[in-house]
Amino acid sequence: MAMIETDGLVKKFGPFTAVRGITLSVDKGEVLGFLGPNGAGKSTTMKMITGFLAPTQGTARIMGHDVTADPIAAQKHLGYLPEGAPAYGDMTPRQFLSFIAEIRGYRSSSAKAAAQRAIELASLEGVIEQPIETLSKGYKRRVGFAQAILHDPPVLIMDEPTDGLDPNQKFAMRGLITGMAAEKAIIISTHILEEVESVCTRAVIIDRGRVVADGPIMGKTAAFNVFAPDGSSAGTLNASTADLDAVFRELTRAHA
Amino acid sequence: MNATFTVFKREFASYFATPLAYVFIVIFLFTMGAFTFYLGNFYENGSASLATFFGFHPWLYLFLIPAISMRLWAEERRAGTIELLLTLPIPLSSAVMGKFFAAWVFAGVALALTFPMWLTVNYLGSPDNGVILASYIGSWLMAGGYLAIGACISAATNNQVIAFVVSAVVCFLFTVAGAPLVVDFFANFAPNAVVQTIASFSFLSHFNAIMNGVIDLRDIIFFGSLIAIFLFATAVLIDLKKAG
Repeated sequence: MAMIETDGLVKKFGPFTAVRGITLSVDKGEVLGFLGPNGAGKSTTMKMITGFLAPTQGTARIMGHDVTADPIAAQKHLGYLPEGAPAYGDMTPRQFLSFIAEIRGYRSSSAKAAAQRAIELASLEGVIEQPIETLSKGYKRRVGFAQAILHDPPVLIMDEPTDGLDPNQKFAMRGLITGMAAEKAIIISTHILEEVESVCTRAVIIDRGRVVADGPIMGKTAAFNVFAPDGSSAGTLNASTADLDAVFRELTRAHA
Repeated sequence: MNATFTVFKREFASYFATPLAYVFIVIFLFTMGAFTFYLGNFYENGSASLATFFGFHPWLYLFLIPAISMRLWAEERRAGTIELLLTLPIPLSSAVMGKFFAAWVFAGVALALTFPMWLTVNYLGSPDNGVILASYIGSWLMAGGYLAIGACISAATNNQVIAFVVSAVVCFLFTVAGAPLVVDFFANFAPNAVVQTIASFSFLSHFNAIMNGVIDLRDIIFFGSLIAIFLFATAVLIDLKKAG
């Protein structure tokens, strides 16, 4: 059973269709890089998988639980870092992570242990007593990451986890993701194509709400299945990860 | 239930983590005192009761309560934390109730801090403390009613200014529903039963009934069901926004 499954996800906002039928499945050990131009529907798709937005059509399942029919069961198995890593700015990371631990059902000593583990994994030791709103962008992102992995979820969904981080922090974040990848199904969205090579085992390119290419990343090469707008296969495309930039522009060109 | 309490604790602590709580409480106590002593001629009345004090509550709540409620949901939307809160494995009702109760208990704390008024009348004379207790309970129930209306309006927008202004207006309508201004207007064309129904929504008449020292079950049910209805509407609104 795939740990994350979506089946024909469609999202309409009034007359505007943001997502036009996205079907994916992500297995254990996979790190799926979600690529696409701004406005392609990456965040909207992630919001539907996590249960924040209700799909207009289609379903999403996490560990077999339908997020619309049984959101709580699905969300228990999910760690989610929303875009911009929102957190309650008036709390300190320790208070915030204790709140998350408690709301996820940990009690007293186990809540402390879970919060402590997350603090260590995200290297937050130096700032745990400072209000989150006073932290730098990099630390805020790490607080959001700590929140997402606090309960060691089998499914992790992160919207631009490395956005705004400096090169050292990016490197550290990528290390964290690869370090836990074997036991989890992970989706990350990113604009940084080199990130695909360093952390992802698979890349999916979406454009105007549709999957236009999907394929594994094997070392330095990517083997994409390319899809036409009606969803039918339009052949395959093998490329070196160094050429991802060109592939990305080629497949999403009409949009610009 | 645990989730509701966890949300409540976080929300309640957040009032005191920022200057908001202190500024609000100071303004609350100051306006309550100023109205009672200057506009209400507390001393000149020469009566040992807090009727003038409580009489101003509905009017002061009109702008003080929306100041608390405006941020309830609008702030979560603006900061994006709503996305976090609503993807945690808790029922929506826990989030709605936890946040509401935190605001309501906070309003209760501000109200309880007016106790020097109570000490003053007891020092100056011998008031009917039963009436005063009933009035405090009534005032707190009424604050809950205003807060529930404000929470619902806050859920409908991510702009706190809009939330504040609209809440103040809607609360005003609920306050004066029984006043001649409203009743006469509807009496011109609506059947009597409709006029009576509208008038029965008046916060003023329910609060005045309690202020007389009688906590009637009907008044408690009125405020209780009003809170329940508006919290339900809050949850529905949040769910509707989810559907986009």
